[in-house]
Parts: sequence; C-alpha cells; structure tokens
Amino acid sequence: MTKTNQSVLEAKNIDKFFYNPIETQVLRNVSFRINRGEFVSVVGKSGCGKSTLLYILSTMDTDYKGELLIDEQITTGKASSYLSRLRNEKIGFVFQFHYLLNEFSVLENVLIPGLKLGKFSREELEHRAMEKLKIFDMQDHALKKANQLSGGQKQRVAIARALINDPLLIMGDEPTGNLDKKNADIVFNIFKELTTEFNQTILIVTHDPEFAAGTDRIIEMEDGRVISGQ
Amino acid sequence: MKWSLIIEIARALMFARVKQTLVAAIGVTFSITMFVALLGFMNGLNTLLDGLVLNRTPHIRFYNQIKPNPNQPIDLSPEFGSGINVIRSIKPSNSRLSIYNSEPILNTLNKDPRVKGVSAKIASQVFYNVGSIDLTGIVNGIDPEMETELFAFQDYVTVGNPADLLQNNSIILGKGAADRMLADIGDVIQVTTAKGNKAQLKVVGYYQSGLADFDNANSFASINTVQKMMGEPSSYLTDIQVKLFDFNQAPAFADEYRDIFAIEADDIQTVNAQFETGSSIRTLISYAVGITLLVVSGFGIYNILNMMIYEKLDTIAILKAIGFNSSDVKRIFITIAVSIGVFGGGIGLLFGYLACLGIEQIPFETEALPTVKTFPVDFSVKYYMIGGIFSLVTTYLAGFFPARKASSVDPVDIIRGK
Repeated sequence: MTKTNQSVLEAKNIDKFFYNPIETQVLRNVSFRINRGEFVSVVGKSGCGKSTLLYILSTMDTDYKGELLIDEQITTGKASSYLSRLRNEKIGFVFQFHYLLNEFSVLENVLIPGLKLGKFSREELEHRAMEKLKIFDMQDHALKKANQLSGGQKQRVAIARALINDPLLIMGDEPTGNLDKKNADIVFNIFKELTTEFNQTILIVTHDPEFAAGTDRIIEMEDGRVISGQ
Repeated sequence: MKWSLIIEIARALMFARVKQTLVAAIGVTFSITMFVALLGFMNGLNTLLDGLVLNRTPHIRFYNQIKPNPNQPIDLSPEFGSGINVIRSIKPSNSRLSIYNSEPILNTLNKDPRVKGVSAKIASQVFYNVGSIDLTGIVNGIDPEMETELFAFQDYVTVGNPADLLQNNSIILGKGAADRMLADIGDVIQVTTAKGNKAQLKVVGYYQSGLADFDNANSFASINTVQKMMGEPSSYLTDIQVKLFDFNQAPAFADEYRDIFAIEADDIQTVNAQFETGSSIRTLISYAVGITLLVVSGFGIYNILNMMIYEKLDTIAILKAIGFNSSDVKRIFITIAVSIGVFGGGIGLLFGYLACLGIEQIPFETEALPTVKTFPVDFSVKYYMIGGIFSLVTTYLAGFFPARKASSVDPVDIIRGK
C-alpha cells in the first residue's frame, strides 16, 4: 500500500547564517531525505546546529538557502499562511518544554489543532482526542488544566496533540531532554510503538545517545554539517 | 475561517486574566457611562435653552417696516438718471404699521402645503396706568388657540388659562409688569394706547417666559380686544407669524413671499443665528469631552493587551507552531479587545441610561424657567448609538496594534529562547 521509499521530507543543500552579532554560518550544505515510516534521530554536540535545522525543517524558520520538500512538494518560498496550514495538517510537534496551553484543559489542548484543521466535527474530534489520550493512558486527566500535570504527563499530552491530525511527520526537539529516566523511557516507547504499529514517520533531535541508539537511523551532525547517516 | 475556535481561544485567554480584563472593561464602562450621561444632560439643557427662544419664535414673520421709500422722485427724472443723486433728510413715507390686504395674505399662507400653521398678531405700544404713573409696555393681540398650538403659549402662562383671553377685554399680564402694577388675578387695569385711547382690561392670568425684560413689558390679549382698544378695524394686523413643517425651508420661504406680498419677511435662521452657534458649540464641547474619555480608556485597553501579549508569548508561539497563521493570532487579540469593548460598552450604555434617569430626578427650579422642575435630559437614541459605535471603534483600534505585534511574534525565537 504505502511505498516504503516514498519521501516524506527532503532537504537539499540547506545553508543557514546567523547575522547577530557577526555573520556565522550555522548550517553548511545540509542534504538528506526521510522516507515514510522511518524513525530518525539527529544527534550532535551542543551548538552543532541540530535545533536550527529542525526549525527550518518544520517550516517555522524560513530564512535559509537551499530547498525543502515536504510530502514531495516544495515549501521553500511559500506564503506563511500556506506554511501554517501545512504545519497544522502534516506536522506534529513535540518540544523539550512540553508547551501546552495552560489556559486550556488537557482535552482542549489535544483538540485545538484538530479544530483548526476543521476536517472533523467537534464531537468526532473529542472522540478521537480521547482515543489518542488512551494510547498514553492519560484519559483520566482529560478535564484537568494543563498546568496541573507533571512533566512526564505533559509530554505525553503533547505527543497526543501532535497526533490528533494524523500527521505525515512528527518532529521533536529533545522531547525527553527535560524528563527523568522513567518518563523518558515511556516517551521513547510511545515513539517506537507509533513507528512499528502505525508506520508513523518521526524525526527527533536529541543529545541522548541511548535514545538515538533505539531509532532506525541516526543523522550525526558536527559544525553545521551532516557527517553521517544521510 | 473558524470563528468559534478563535472566540474560544480569546475567551480562555481573557478568563486566565479575569482581573486585568475586568479593569479594561470597567474603563470602557466608565467612559461610555460618562459619555452618554454628559451628552444626554448637555443636550437636554441645549434643547431647553434653545426652546426658550426658538419655540416662541415663528419660522417666518411678515410685517411692515417703516422706512424711506426706495423710489425717490429724482430717480424717475431722466434729467438726473446718469449721475449719483444724494438726497439729504429723507423721511419715512409710510406711517402705517398694519399689513395691507392681511386677509388674502392669511388665506394664501394657509393654503401653502409647507405651512404648519399661521398666527396673526398685533403689537401695540401702550402705557400701563398705575395711579399717576405710566409704565411703558406692549400689549400683543394674539389668537390664543393658534398661539398655543404653534408656539407653546400655554407653557408660559403660569397662572390662568390662554382660553380665558377669548372673553372680551381680558388680559394676561407679563409677570414683571404684573408685579410692578401690583395687579392680582381678577383686578381691572387701565392702559392707554399711543394714540391716547384708554381701555379697561381684566387680568385673567400671568405670563412668564424666563426672559425678565420681555416679561416686564409684554402682555397678551385677544386680537379683537386689541383692535377695539386701538380703535382699528378687524383687518388691522401688524404681524403674521408662520410655522413651517420643515424649519430649514424658512429662508427660501421668506424670500419667495417677500416679493409676492411686497412686505418684510424675516426667517428664523437670520434672526436667531447666534442660538444655533451657541448650541452647536456646546454640543461640540460635550462630544470632545466624551471622546477624550473614550480615547483614554482605549489607551487602558492598549496597555493591558500589550501586557497580556508579553505574558502569553509562549501561547502565541505554540499556536503558531501547531498551525495558526499570523492573521488567526491577530483575530484572537482583536476579538479580545472588541469583546472588552462590547461588554464594557454595553454595561456603560446601561449605566449611562441609569445616570440620565438619576440626573432627571435632581430638582432644578429657577425663576427664569417656570416650566422646569428638574434637570432636563435628552434621551435620544442617537447618543447611545454614537457611544456604542465609538466604544467598538476605540477598542478595535486599541486592540489592533497589540494584535499586530502578537501576530508578528516569531515562534522560533520564543521556543529556542527557553
């Protein structure tokens, strides 16, 4: 059904400069592609440009040279409203500091990207959101406010939120960086399960070697270059 | 666009900071309350003061002016036709104050569809004889019914009834004149006309306009009584007063009939220009104060929204990361601002109405205004509409700039900055 070599994300010769305080090149000629169903981690030392790369790949940072294709379509130079819609529909995010909306309940946090996409009715989305929360054993906390949860719980809700629109690709910036060993393992196992059972494509930036070792492919970076795994 | 979602998010953001939101809303409420109360009160007073003069003033007044004849014999002579002729010591040729052909004029005016009503009048210079002293005054011969209908005559008759004038030889005395003559209701006073005719008149009421000078001299009697008193026939009239349906047509109307009747015609705009100016300036001042209040509350909302945006940078960043675009974020913050405006403004309009009701209860009694017992308030819907619309406009503008700032937040900066 799904071709395993179908490209989900492709970076071609990406260069990135910071101009403040002086011109520094953070990414040099970065090229690689990720196929459907792959669980990829990007590793490297602090400051090697891996987070910068992730924000470019996520379409949030548009100030770069080179080309980026998502779902085999070019995104470089597109209007920001197009990119917003693309993020909403095709990319799920998990950040290091969980970034839930504290004004909303757990269920609403998961719902919001779905409501924004507007593909399903609210009732249907609530049902789907509860399903996602069940995967992470969070259904009992659905009506709590986001700031009443522990760090590990928040991160699980964040992953549930990333999944609500059945995205093409899940991106994570150190999703376990802020968690203890036990919670980190839970989160890793969730990712692993998503790739094996749902053929979910995942791209994670991490500097946890143990986490990286469990993924299908490791892209290693140094000084803004990809040195292995492309 | 999914407004329900935008509204839901805006609501959640507001409820997360209930106190701040309330402070902003109360600012709007206060200014709208003041705006409505101030304009209602100001315009109530304006209407009252204008009414003092304008209600009693005919839209057009026809009368005969005593003046030199503009066609002097020398101008008719071909011998002097080419130069400029200077004639000294010309005297007015026409000594008649009464209007020629008053009957046909009245008929013509009554048939004009623009005319609401016509009321004839005789102004007669008299002396009120009090013992050996003569006080100068004017007895106005009027048609009490028309005068009441067109010029609210009954409002100014503080004692007695205008209809009592229909009895022969009765008079309603100006309050000032009555006080000086020590004339009570039922007393008979004597007046002497300019030509020396004497008449005995029975006092049936007092008239008080609020303009002391006017009340000291003017009294009212029926047209018949005055004609008899002056020894003039029943066609004798000195003024014809016209009230139109649309008072703005007065100057054109006056111009038209001035030529047809060949008499003087004054319209209300020309005669009372200063009242127009006075009331428009008072209105302008109250609008200026009201709008200043709203602008100040607008800055309050601006500040609070700006603060909210700094507090909610994380929220904005995450909304953008999960697929909300700049215009969605802008809409969220404008929704917050406008709902503060709608909520605060709505309550403000209600409080403004209550404040107006309160002001209307405050006693306000003055010699000059016999018909007024409490402060006048104008409850015109216009001020509520202006207040409502203005509260929306200011809150929208106050929200616009912070919302634009919020929409330009770069999520990467916020997320990386942690």
